[in-house]
Amino acid sequence: MMDERNTEGVEEAPLNLGGALGAFEPGAPLIDGGDVDLAVTSGWRLAIRSFAENKLALVGLGILVFFILFCYVGPHVYYSNQLSGNVLNSDLPPGPGHPLGTDNNGYDELGRLMVGGQAALEIGFFAALIATVIGSLYGAISGLVGGILDGVMMRVVDVILSIPYLLIVLIVATRYSGTVLSLSLILGLFAWLVPARLIRGEVLSLRVRDFVSAAKVMGSGRSRLIFRHLLPNALSVVIVNITFQVADAIIAIALLGFLGFGLQYPHVDWGDMLSTANTALGNGYWWLVYPVGISLILVVMACNFIGNALRDSVDVRLRRR
Amino acid sequence: MTRVLEIENLSTHIQLSRSVVQAVGNVSLYIEAGETLGLVGESGCGKSITGLSIMNLLPPGGKVVGGSIRLEGKELVNLADAEMRKIRGNDIAMIFQDSSSSLNPTKTIGDQVAEPTLLHRGGSKREAVDRAIEVLDLVGVPRAKERLADYPHQLSGGLRQRVMIAIALTCDPKVLIADEPTTALDVTIQAQILKLLDDLKERFGMSILLITHDMGVVAGRADRVNVMYAGRMVEATGTKEIFSHMRHPYTQALLASIPRMDQDNTKTLFSIPGIPPDLTNPPEGCRFAPRCAYTQPDCQKSEPSLRGDDRHVAACFHPVEDGPLKPEMMVTVSHGQVERKDGKNEPPLLEVVDLVKTFPVTSGAILRRKVGKVHAVSGVSLTIRKGEIFGLVGESGCGKSTLGRVIVGLERPDSGKILLNGEDIFAYKGRTLAKKRRDLQMMFQDPYGSLDPRMRVAAILREPLSIQGVESSKEQEARSIELMREVGLPSRALERFPHEFSGGQRQRIGLARALTLNPKLIVADEPVSALDVSIRSQVLNLMKRLQVSHEMAYLVISHDLAVVKYLADRIGVMYLGKLVELAPGDEIYSRPVHPYTQGLINTIPLPDPEIEKDKKREVISGELPSPISPPSGCRFRTRCPRAQEICAQQEPQLRAFGASHMAACHFPLVEPLESATTASGHSQI
Repeated sequence: MMDERNTEGVEEAPLNLGGALGAFEPGAPLIDGGDVDLAVTSGWRLAIRSFAENKLALVGLGILVFFILFCYVGPHVYYSNQLSGNVLNSDLPPGPGHPLGTDNNGYDELGRLMVGGQAALEIGFFAALIATVIGSLYGAISGLVGGILDGVMMRVVDVILSIPYLLIVLIVATRYSGTVLSLSLILGLFAWLVPARLIRGEVLSLRVRDFVSAAKVMGSGRSRLIFRHLLPNALSVVIVNITFQVADAIIAIALLGFLGFGLQYPHVDWGDMLSTANTALGNGYWWLVYPVGISLILVVMACNFIGNALRDSVDVRLRRR
Repeated sequence: MTRVLEIENLSTHIQLSRSVVQAVGNVSLYIEAGETLGLVGESGCGKSITGLSIMNLLPPGGKVVGGSIRLEGKELVNLADAEMRKIRGNDIAMIFQDSSSSLNPTKTIGDQVAEPTLLHRGGSKREAVDRAIEVLDLVGVPRAKERLADYPHQLSGGLRQRVMIAIALTCDPKVLIADEPTTALDVTIQAQILKLLDDLKERFGMSILLITHDMGVVAGRADRVNVMYAGRMVEATGTKEIFSHMRHPYTQALLASIPRMDQDNTKTLFSIPGIPPDLTNPPEGCRFAPRCAYTQPDCQKSEPSLRGDDRHVAACFHPVEDGPLKPEMMVTVSHGQVERKDGKNEPPLLEVVDLVKTFPVTSGAILRRKVGKVHAVSGVSLTIRKGEIFGLVGESGCGKSTLGRVIVGLERPDSGKILLNGEDIFAYKGRTLAKKRRDLQMMFQDPYGSLDPRMRVAAILREPLSIQGVESSKEQEARSIELMREVGLPSRALERFPHEFSGGQRQRIGLARALTLNPKLIVADEPVSALDVSIRSQVLNLMKRLQVSHEMAYLVISHDLAVVKYLADRIGVMYLGKLVELAPGDEIYSRPVHPYTQGLINTIPLPDPEIEKDKKREVISGELPSPISPPSGCRFRTRCPRAQEICAQQEPQLRAFGASHMAACHFPLVEPLESATTASGHSQI
């Protein structure tokens, strides 16, 4: 083979390069770019894989699923009257017929825990959703447009953040409170500030990336940049943020309920149920405090576990194959 | 000669979540006292991991699984941490590639240079600082004493690298490991740093392990060269031998695929097909066999071990015997039947007229007072004709990328015009501008950043069509399949995400995307500088092939004169926002007029030890002045060996030095043409 190479002419017998090169005819390009891996591994799939490797995340997910089933499927399995109380049965300790006893109005505590949980979870998710949607769009626009608009929009956020948030919520809640929807709106409308800042920061770093420049060079408009490029790439941050927002909203609604600004009677949430905790503990009615308190802690903790794991898994997404 | 450092059968693995990367396998090497050993290979071949194994500084999951590393007979593998700490920075020191991240940003450089003395010599703080001043002087940091209190961000890249070297030198190490010490630097600074390393080696007689991907860097200064491929040592011998009588086909192919300044750019560049193997699951047999031109059936069966005598070993069953590939032995097909564009007959496609772009320097958080301007591009005029490749070279910070971004409309110029087919594109706004832009597309430097990580390749290739509102989804699909074929990727890769591709493949996708709209001009900003040598030539060939088949024009922006020279018909040299020379590629190389151009040509390390050794070590001194307050008159005067008084007073205008050769210099290396000595300007360019 060596000898051949020396004697043969160049044009007739070019060195065999494994099919990498040849005459370049526009009609017949060569597949010389090398092969690609067959297994499709999307960024999301990698994130899920890494999420599944996190034990705490699975524990958190388990707790959350348990409470969702408990609150929504539970009432169909375990029937209790939550529409009218029976004062004669008030403050019964756990026993037959009432596994967790009854409260001071004579409602069954276990059934109440389920119904109150529904409200807590619903308000938590709605408020988080509202906050995230508003915050993401606000932050994305602010970050992408930049300049004076960015300055003004962010100063608005700064101003609202400097107002004692709970105070306003309390005032508004006394006027418009009562339903799951109104409370979610009130909480959501005050919670979007943090996600707005987060997304803006993310967009600021994304918008100088080459793929955004590439889209601009193609002639892409701003809305396309936001919805096709910036938000999908900031989505990981958004999703992580949602889980923390849920936890925050559940705590906030518990607080409102505890202070007596929660849902209107006979609707109930976990915060309401805790509002009598002071007297209940004094009277030794532990079943009115611990079950609901522990449920609250578990759900919030579960959300935080999930959020932490999500953050880790979307972070490593680009580092590992 | 005594062997200071000896590595025997070193194997290093890196544990990932689900797989093990066999990064280094059975690698042996030695360094004698006072010699420089070049360790060469592409990224991912294990050369850096070898260096880190010596220092026991492996990344998380990394572990030396076999072999031994001996420093003057003392075993370093599995040495206790406390013992190893005494060796690191003391007997063996290391210089890293990226000086901006390897210096601590919160400590002054004085503290950082003094630290090794305090750690290893146990002297007083005062003695340590004295020593710091001494070594900073040694590595050429001007006014070292005043610089002690500076923080890393206050220094330029070149100075930071000098500080890194100073830290490494403080304790007079026996071995210095330099891992890509100049890769992040400009060519002119690279030349200065390499010269510094040479001088230091001669003065202190230490041994240097020079890890690099650049054959040109080792050619001039290594005594011996070891070549690695896919975690294996494939060849080891003296520098002269490796360039003239290499035995391993990989070495031969690697050398052949580097574009030379004297390359015939109408012919294809030699390239190694395919990509290096995946080291989590390395192939049996010779690891280079799938890409090797001389492969035989037995190459696949078993792995060749290093064979040869003391002076020259290679791991190949069928070693090459006749030295480097002769130019005529490389496949020299022409890129296609197009007439050479001499730039005269074609109408101008793009005209840049007196373009100025500055960026404000602001201070204060709220009011953002303007305190100055960065003069990125200061009055550049040039013309690109239909189907022409125009190259733009210069150091980083010279404004070449800004010029490219203004041309594709990513930035608006302060003044001046950009005419596409005679129409001023910035006269339009909004949607009309967006429509006009389809003729001007861009190819980016960073193959990782330029593709949206959340989009599949199919969506990436369809996007330009959707934006411009052309073609139905069926046609879009057909178009993207066609594009993938054109850039040499299998069409089933359309369903993949960008992170599943190698850098070279991603760059191909980026090129395909730029091609989607059939643009008339593609601005390619450093299209291959992030790629390995063997992949680089593939992409260069592809770019050239597509240019011919699509009859487009390119504006190629690069710091690498050889790359630009290979691609471009005409080359413009930029310095600090000004175009200083403009000429056809061959002429700029054979007859440079501007001292800066000549300096650039001289500083490029060539993969040829004969030339490199003989090269007068004349490098462009100093660093690029700040573009916030550029020097008066000729902007190059502060670094120019020919500068005189007039250079500071009067700005030189572009003058004609040949048919299409212009340069702006008061004291050119060649006499200008009599007829056109004025700045009658851009109309002739």
